[in-house]
Amino acid sequence: MSKIIELKNVNKWFDKFQVLKDIDLEVAPQEKIVICGPSGSGKSTLIRCINRLEEHQEGNIIVDGTELAENTKNIEKIRAEVGMVFQQFNLFPHLSILDNCSLAPIWVKKLPKKQAEEIAMNNLKRVQIDDQALKFPGQLSGGQQQRAAIARALCMEPKIMLFDEPTSALDPEMIKEVLDVMVDLAKGGMTMIVVTHEMGFAKEVADYMIFMDEGKIVERAKTKEFFENPKSDRTKLFLSQIL
Amino acid sequence: MNLIAKPSKDNIKTYVPIGLSLVSLSFLDVFVNAFFNLNFTGFLPSQLSYFLPLIIGLIGFYLIRIEFSGVRSLDILNKNINSNNFNALLTLFTIFIIIKSIPPMLDWFILEANFAGNSKDDCTGDGACWVFIKVWFNRFMYGLYPDAEQWRINTAFLILFAVVGVSFFVTEKLKKYFILFLVFVFPFLGIKLISGGSFGLEYVESAAWGGLSLTFIISAFAILFCFPIGVILALGRRSSLPAIKYISIGFIELWRGVPLITVLFMSAVMFPMFLPDGTFIDKLIRVLIAITLFEAAYMAEVVRGGLQALPKGQYEAAKSLGMGYWRMNALIILPQALKLVIPGIANTLLALVKDTPLIFVVGLMELAGMIGLAKTNPKWLGMAMEGYVFAGLVFWVICYAMSRYSQNLEKKLSTER
Repeated sequence: MSKIIELKNVNKWFDKFQVLKDIDLEVAPQEKIVICGPSGSGKSTLIRCINRLEEHQEGNIIVDGTELAENTKNIEKIRAEVGMVFQQFNLFPHLSILDNCSLAPIWVKKLPKKQAEEIAMNNLKRVQIDDQALKFPGQLSGGQQQRAAIARALCMEPKIMLFDEPTSALDPEMIKEVLDVMVDLAKGGMTMIVVTHEMGFAKEVADYMIFMDEGKIVERAKTKEFFENPKSDRTKLFLSQIL
Repeated sequence: MNLIAKPSKDNIKTYVPIGLSLVSLSFLDVFVNAFFNLNFTGFLPSQLSYFLPLIIGLIGFYLIRIEFSGVRSLDILNKNINSNNFNALLTLFTIFIIIKSIPPMLDWFILEANFAGNSKDDCTGDGACWVFIKVWFNRFMYGLYPDAEQWRINTAFLILFAVVGVSFFVTEKLKKYFILFLVFVFPFLGIKLISGGSFGLEYVESAAWGGLSLTFIISAFAILFCFPIGVILALGRRSSLPAIKYISIGFIELWRGVPLITVLFMSAVMFPMFLPDGTFIDKLIRVLIAITLFEAAYMAEVVRGGLQALPKGQYEAAKSLGMGYWRMNALIILPQALKLVIPGIANTLLALVKDTPLIFVVGLMELAGMIGLAKTNPKWLGMAMEGYVFAGLVFWVICYAMSRYSQNLEKKLSTER
């Protein structure tokens, strides 16, 4: 089966500190991958490299057949195909929720305004906040904001969705509403890479689990095997602490 | 043993009326003294008579200082202007000074001032000689612009005000065209109308322009151009391309480091020496360019402050949606950054308007410059005070209007409802 994301031998340094060490990773279309690991292990940096919010210094990253390198046009093309959801939501506070969602389709994909707003409303309906469309981000709860951020990413009709700890900044009672949306998205066949500590979510949707520590992929295994029979001691220790 | 009980809720019924009467008495004394030149306490030694109102007022304020009196207005009064003896003293002092200064101001501005007549000899009173402003009013507005052609300046400003006025009442879609007209068409149309030289209009050289209309022309052009240049410089200073970054830094630091008066002088006197023979750029245009670039450097730093205040996540979110540099800045970054720094932008633009009088160093006379010229006229010597009070008033009205507008804009653009 052809791969939609391929990382070969990726290395990255922040100054002298090496954050990613020899990362190899392949993701097939429609696969769901959950990355976990202690903080500072490089998991966020890894997924940020996939849409080049961070640059890697060695190795190859190929997304949907296009190699990520200096070429700005390629980078913008790939970013338009790869949706990203952030820990801090990062909605645009000066725009209404509807405008947040329709802005990129209008200006990047050059869709007519009417069509873009239609797409936006459909996606807002999908994450169940279509009744908030005309409000500003500051008027919404954290859970609603994160769902709006997911809708905003979906409006670009991406082939891949990246989630960078999407529930870490939320109050406990709001985590579920965001995870429900993500489960729904996974069932719809989206290719997803999720950095999260929500192991219940991981067990439910992930095809593969990846455990990272100190910039390396320590373990990559099918979800069931990962939780029932982890191979490395480091993974066992981590799981014993988090579960 | 306490001779007088501490003011409290128990004796509120007697203390408050007595205290309030004492305070009123002290105000009355100062008022009568200031307005009618009567001194009730003249029989006392002069120092005592002088300080008596303060002492009486202070005692009065002490008597009404009752904590948790249960009377709302009294509590508010005590909290704000009478929280302790020192504050009570400050309150009295301030009010006395205001009362004392009203009569002389009233005298100078209106009662003793002269309004009628058309020469300095008609000013016989002790107050201001507003005849000076009246006689020179035309010059203060239009400078040395020929009287017969002044309708052209009036027309230009009339068009401006009409277009701006109408634009408040049209739909969003039409408004766009109004703004485009104001930014890209009107400035050049207006200048052509005022300078003339074609369409059968007599040519009026820029050296003859002056007065308040020149203040407006220079301010408007400088504001119009310094804003976009400032934004570009601010973006440039944060660019990841070293060449653009260091050129921007160099430009900003060069212009910020030099006094405006020097810049103006160089633009008028030194700059022409570097031009090839035969090229001629109008002095007013050179001055305009100098002021624009000077203020753009300040504007750049104000805008950069806004850019730096935005969280990194906004840039990342815009990028992750596939936006390129210009789209990201135009749609996401600048709208937020500029909104944040509206007070700073208003500050810079106000300073710009108030800096325009400096063009006198190159011989251009806007409002303050024309007043400077008029007060040295042998027939009108000694009119500096009237002139500069008038100039101050006009500048204040302009700047206050701008300040109010910026506050409105801030409120209108706020999305944190």
